[in-house]
Amino acid sequence: MIDKTAHELHDLLIKKKISSVELAEKVFLRIESVEPQIKAYITLTKDEAIKQAEAADKRLKENKNVTLLTGIPIAVKDNMCTKGILTTCASKILANYIAPYDATVVTKLKEAGSVIIGKTNLDEFAMGSSTENSGLQITKNPRDLERVPGGSSGGSAAAVAANEAILATGSDTGGSIRQPASFCGIVGLKPTYGRVSRYGLVAFASSLDQIGPLAKDVTDAAILLQVMAGYDPKDSTSVNVPVPDYQKSLTTNIKGLKVGVIKELMGEGISADVKSAIKSAIKKYEELGAVISEVSLPSFEYAVSTYYLIAPAEASSNLARFDGVKYGHRSQEAKDLITMYYNTRREGFGAEVKRRIILGTYALSAGYYDAYYLKALKVRTLIKQDFEKALSNCDVLVSPTSPTVAFKIGEKANDPLSMYLSDIATIPVNLAGIPAISIPCGNANNLPIGLQIMGKAFDEETILKAAYAFEQNTDWHLKK
Amino acid sequence: MEINIEHVAHLARLGLSDEEKKTFSKQLGNILQYAENLNKLDISDISPTSHAILMENVMRDDKVEKCQDIESIMKNGPEIEENMFKVPRIME
Repeated sequence: MIDKTAHELHDLLIKKKISSVELAEKVFLRIESVEPQIKAYITLTKDEAIKQAEAADKRLKENKNVTLLTGIPIAVKDNMCTKGILTTCASKILANYIAPYDATVVTKLKEAGSVIIGKTNLDEFAMGSSTENSGLQITKNPRDLERVPGGSSGGSAAAVAANEAILATGSDTGGSIRQPASFCGIVGLKPTYGRVSRYGLVAFASSLDQIGPLAKDVTDAAILLQVMAGYDPKDSTSVNVPVPDYQKSLTTNIKGLKVGVIKELMGEGISADVKSAIKSAIKKYEELGAVISEVSLPSFEYAVSTYYLIAPAEASSNLARFDGVKYGHRSQEAKDLITMYYNTRREGFGAEVKRRIILGTYALSAGYYDAYYLKALKVRTLIKQDFEKALSNCDVLVSPTSPTVAFKIGEKANDPLSMYLSDIATIPVNLAGIPAISIPCGNANNLPIGLQIMGKAFDEETILKAAYAFEQNTDWHLKK
Repeated sequence: MEINIEHVAHLARLGLSDEEKKTFSKQLGNILQYAENLNKLDISDISPTSHAILMENVMRDDKVEKCQDIESIMKNGPEIEENMFKVPRIME
């Protein structure tokens, strides 16, 4: 039962073939059996979940306020606030933090009647590409336990891939939804910046962060996005534009769809296995009647540099709030205020977070601001313009989601730059604010390969359509 | 490329061990050296983008609303006294 998608389970729930409580219990049984190996969750909320499932069953029985998510078990990334439940960001500095409010996304999930199973592991404060930077535990890739699940939403991706949840929320600052989706063989969508409220998402890099769905197929991703999306007065960067009916965009007719293949992401640095899977996917699109062309976005050469100046700069500012005063860890070795700050932050933050705080502080500091931060903001303009130009001639752009399949645990842990370079295909999308989805499109040695499909700002419909058409004509999403 | 780690860590109020200072110095040097590639571009005429999507100021009515309950906020405080956060003495 638990290997089914949310839309399949919804059918069973409304036909009363299963109950929500029964489904939740099955998920917790699964968690009990595989979680000791996978370690996707930081916190499990079984008692709450069963109560939510009972409430969902009541809604289903009375046929009142039934949504597509009513009674569906879902995992929440542990950087989204949940009232009365730990929100740790996988950091020692927040290990005991209990949020006094729900993130807007969590409120919406609750209102829809979904069943929240628990909070999933991530790279500390979402900084990383492997979930190895978690300050609490290491999550394994369900497809190969010696490999990373990707990151930073590695716990969410692993939970869905291992059937420890039917759906999950993720956040994506430089690829943190799409890359773990790719590594775990599932679907992950980063919406347009401003499409989903960030209220209650613990900020990493505010101009890049966006919340989105992780799911087993494109239909489920569309269903979860539908619930998450929309203007929120509590997030001044959420955009007040109508939210379309995403399921309506799920059609298989893509005749004439203009697909641009990004030249810069099909060359050097992309592994042969990945390249060949992407080429086959492009061929499939051609068969389905899409019009393929090659596009060049020369500014991509500078994307990694740009991102790794802007994101740490914003992070260094956002993380200034963790000072041991109002919440979280406080060092016991403090003789005055300044040593309290010093020691609290030294004890509470892990290596990658410290590295980025230093890098970001440096890029913003007097004498270096123009040379690093301002320069990066200018190159961001070029990246945005390159996308605009390419997307004026194409409906969608495609590339690999990641240059390689999931790498081994520990393989890149001591070389931050090589870890950063593995984000080359995903970070330009965040810099430009546009939406993108990763879907399974191949395998190499039984490890999944992801196809990234990018679209115009606020046009999630077209990338969903392109993704759906591919999925319905292939069976990569069914491979386990 | 050499960062004055000591100075930057002080700006960030971030305590680092000697080991960390050494490792970060090297790693951040590598990263900044990589970022030198931005110097190949002529961007003197380009305006900076701080937000990819056009942002405008959002105003709301200035009216009194109930705030989150104080108790659950204070509960997270490492050291509190009568709804106040206690910190080490600031002045002698």
